[in-house]
Amino acid sequence: MNANEVLRELEESSRPPTHGRRRREFLKFCGRMAAILGLSKAFIPKIAKAVERTARDGRPSVVWLEFQDCAGNTESFTRATAPSVAEAVLDLISLDYHEVLMAPSGSAAEERLREVLKKYSGQIIVVVEGSIPTKDGGIYCTVGGRSALQIIEEVEPHALAFVAVGTCAAFGGLPKANPNPTGAVAVEDVVKSKPVINLPGCPANPDVIMALLVHYALFGRLPALDAQRRPKFAYGKKIHDNCERRPHYDAGQFVLSFDDFGAKQGYCLYKVGCKGPVTYNVCSSWRWNMDASWPVKAGHPCLGCSERDFWDRMTPFYSHVQAAGFGVESDADDVGKVAVGLTAASVAAHALYTAVVRSAERFAERLAEKEETEEEDEE
Amino acid sequence: MRVVVDPITRIEGHLRIEAEVANGRITKAYSSCTMWRGIERIVQGRDPRDVWAFTQRICGVCTTVHAFASIRAVEDALSIEVPRLAQALRNLIIAVQYIHDHVMHFYHLHALDWVNVPNALKADPNEASRIARSLSDWPNSSPGYFRELLEKLKSFVQKGRLGIFANGYWDHPAYRLPPEVDLIAVAHYLEALQWQRHIARIHALLGGKNPHPNFLVGGIPISVNLDGPAVLNAQVLAEIKAHIDQAVDFVRKVYVPDLLAIASFYKDWAGYGAGVGNFLVYGEFPEGQLYDLDTLFIPRGAILNWDLGRIYDVDTKDPEQIRETVAHSWYRYSRGEDEGLHPYEGETEPNYTGPEPPYDYLNVSEKYSWLKSPRWRGHPMEVGPLARTLVAYAKGHRAFKSKVDYALSKLNVPLKAMFSTLGRTAARGIESWVIAEDYLPDLYSRIISLINAGDTSTFNREGWDPKSWPKEAKGMGFMEAPRGALGHWVRIEDGKVANYQVIAPTTWNAGPRDAKGQPGPYEAALEGTPIYDPKKPLEILRTIHSFDPCLACAAHIYDPEGNEIIEVKVQ
Repeated sequence: MNANEVLRELEESSRPPTHGRRRREFLKFCGRMAAILGLSKAFIPKIAKAVERTARDGRPSVVWLEFQDCAGNTESFTRATAPSVAEAVLDLISLDYHEVLMAPSGSAAEERLREVLKKYSGQIIVVVEGSIPTKDGGIYCTVGGRSALQIIEEVEPHALAFVAVGTCAAFGGLPKANPNPTGAVAVEDVVKSKPVINLPGCPANPDVIMALLVHYALFGRLPALDAQRRPKFAYGKKIHDNCERRPHYDAGQFVLSFDDFGAKQGYCLYKVGCKGPVTYNVCSSWRWNMDASWPVKAGHPCLGCSERDFWDRMTPFYSHVQAAGFGVESDADDVGKVAVGLTAASVAAHALYTAVVRSAERFAERLAEKEETEEEDEE
Repeated sequence: MRVVVDPITRIEGHLRIEAEVANGRITKAYSSCTMWRGIERIVQGRDPRDVWAFTQRICGVCTTVHAFASIRAVEDALSIEVPRLAQALRNLIIAVQYIHDHVMHFYHLHALDWVNVPNALKADPNEASRIARSLSDWPNSSPGYFRELLEKLKSFVQKGRLGIFANGYWDHPAYRLPPEVDLIAVAHYLEALQWQRHIARIHALLGGKNPHPNFLVGGIPISVNLDGPAVLNAQVLAEIKAHIDQAVDFVRKVYVPDLLAIASFYKDWAGYGAGVGNFLVYGEFPEGQLYDLDTLFIPRGAILNWDLGRIYDVDTKDPEQIRETVAHSWYRYSRGEDEGLHPYEGETEPNYTGPEPPYDYLNVSEKYSWLKSPRWRGHPMEVGPLARTLVAYAKGHRAFKSKVDYALSKLNVPLKAMFSTLGRTAARGIESWVIAEDYLPDLYSRIISLINAGDTSTFNREGWDPKSWPKEAKGMGFMEAPRGALGHWVRIEDGKVANYQVIAPTTWNAGPRDAKGQPGPYEAALEGTPIYDPKKPLEILRTIHSFDPCLACAAHIYDPEGNEIIEVKVQ
């Protein structure tokens, strides 16, 4: 083997897997992503190619900044559902700055940030976790002696776009809850010259983050957003629309107190405070933690954690939504005009979504088998 | 000279260390938290049954602990008893959090202080395989397995896209592992990243999602119905059991062997990072009600001045025992700042006197942190796995004792080696091993026998209705979070939160000096630490990471009664 061949082989090994079990898992991941993004099965090989191209031609640089946060979105990101996610992430992005995970500290970390900003200027996806305090000159959050505001100011000219991950970055979240002691604001209140994509949720569902990256790899542009700057593919439906307990709502079967007869039967949690009818998110369809469960399935009402100002608007949590002061509306784009869901016609249950994913995954498996057969034929 | 490390990375939150270095050693260190949100102020006036969700968001890493501490405080205030099964399921959630947190801390937050990633490129995969097989019978240990990883790493490095591994202190001579051990550790770094997703599923199965599962004052939200499709049934229990087995396996066959193997190359670190020598433990895993202290699996107690011969009793409600001071914290006390205040009587008002950002140095002779300085009977106290391990060891806890003795004999070091950076890191692994082997399996059996005996209540309805509450009530919820003793103190008036206070583990460990000038545990632990190159403060990271900092937990504020924000209305 000559030197060039060695080099080629080394490079090969960092690409998405080309055969075997890992290839099948990789294609299944692509299948799941296609289902999540609402794309037809024909897109599965295209997604695979896009990820492979990204891995080969250069992964986009990602700078992940944390301000007034709890690191819950970072933790969430590490729990992504797709198989071999660590590998998929390694293929999709270059995580060039992330204080929770990076090796260097202090001045070496700051040097690293400056180097990345210079080298990939204009191409950097800047993820922000946590809100930004503005009161008293921003003294409530400093990193390396600089305020969150000053750091954003330095990074903004070099960004391709900002991704506000979690409700704190997207809408101000918990720090902004009444009485907002630190003057906390959202990323969109500070960043004015670059696109901002909001991925609310406390935390954001990790598959939403993954799907956003896949979308970018596939189309080379950012996804369509609603008026609250949320990707339409993830925030277009209410929790209530796809809730597995929805038939009980329609049948008037409610849990009236925790652990009562209805609770043991899995009845609807509306009367113990479920905010599913007024909350736009993917929990009831995509679920959490590799399909393990989601809050309503596990018996607790939805807190409405992906909605703007939910800490003030959705509380008290155990009072049902009408008591919390909502009108009957149905437009996802309009803050305040959120629907109670009484009029929602959709009864697409989790089963339907699951069927789509399973079907996409089966398609991906057949694709993998086909590839393997072709390989054998070539041999 | 003054060495500043900010940001301290591979922790949760925003931490800054300033250290005076003379003749290659740290003479004085100053620990500063640089972020504050004011969550205790935000929960004022809210429904006490809601507060767990607010305080849970103090931290997304130890995502269960502030929820449970809050729920326990409210239950204590309102005298709500928790059903046996609910208590056991809570304990399961907490035990899983310990293991999840400790493993991720070791591999993803702490390992890179000891493991040199580029050095792993020099490894011989056959030799790595031989070493791995000598450590345990973990199946991922073939030469082919290590060869494949090695090639992936090489191409990663070759393309110059090192991502999170870029610009580390890799040429620092304090890295001492052979390349093969580095390679094994990198392999397990990646495996642990995959593994933890499965373990976290237990939280999702019982609480809906992780991070930030859902809990409930008076019990837990999920109901048991073995024949029901939608709740805690036989299938869910079987899934939980499978994940417990996975957790136990990884701790036994990967985490503990790696820990001991790596520690054997760094025994000199048993000589650094001793800290304050005082240890505080509230205790954890009640089998009965929370205050049935005799039923706690991890016992309560305090140790002073490294003396394991005497364990002091701890009472979290005694105003003479726990007090917080603010002499060097960006807060103001109305009655002077020489005296500390018990959380029930405490008061806090932010009072930032630090430099205007951007700044180069803090004025450490004045106030310099968003953390207060909690003290137990006037002493700074270390909390966390080392404190728990020492108190349990001194009290003769069978499981802790046998596993501590095993680790010490394996490393061939005396008991006093535990009082160090190395001991602190080892204690975390020992504790995980105790919980995995000596607690989790028994706990699971207890859950099954309760269900089999028909004891399936998961929620106590009495006390849920605010009409049943007294006009005024106060309560204290304690817990042992993975990072140490955690307390929430709540005062309820007319059905609403009138006052709320948190002292988090990292507040104990990372707090600044008090009015008497006594340094906090981080500050004390750094004194005497050698610094090879002030531009590459690897040694500071080793000791600070050995505490597993969680700064979002630690920085908080509560509000004195009646201290409302005054809103000025423009006429």
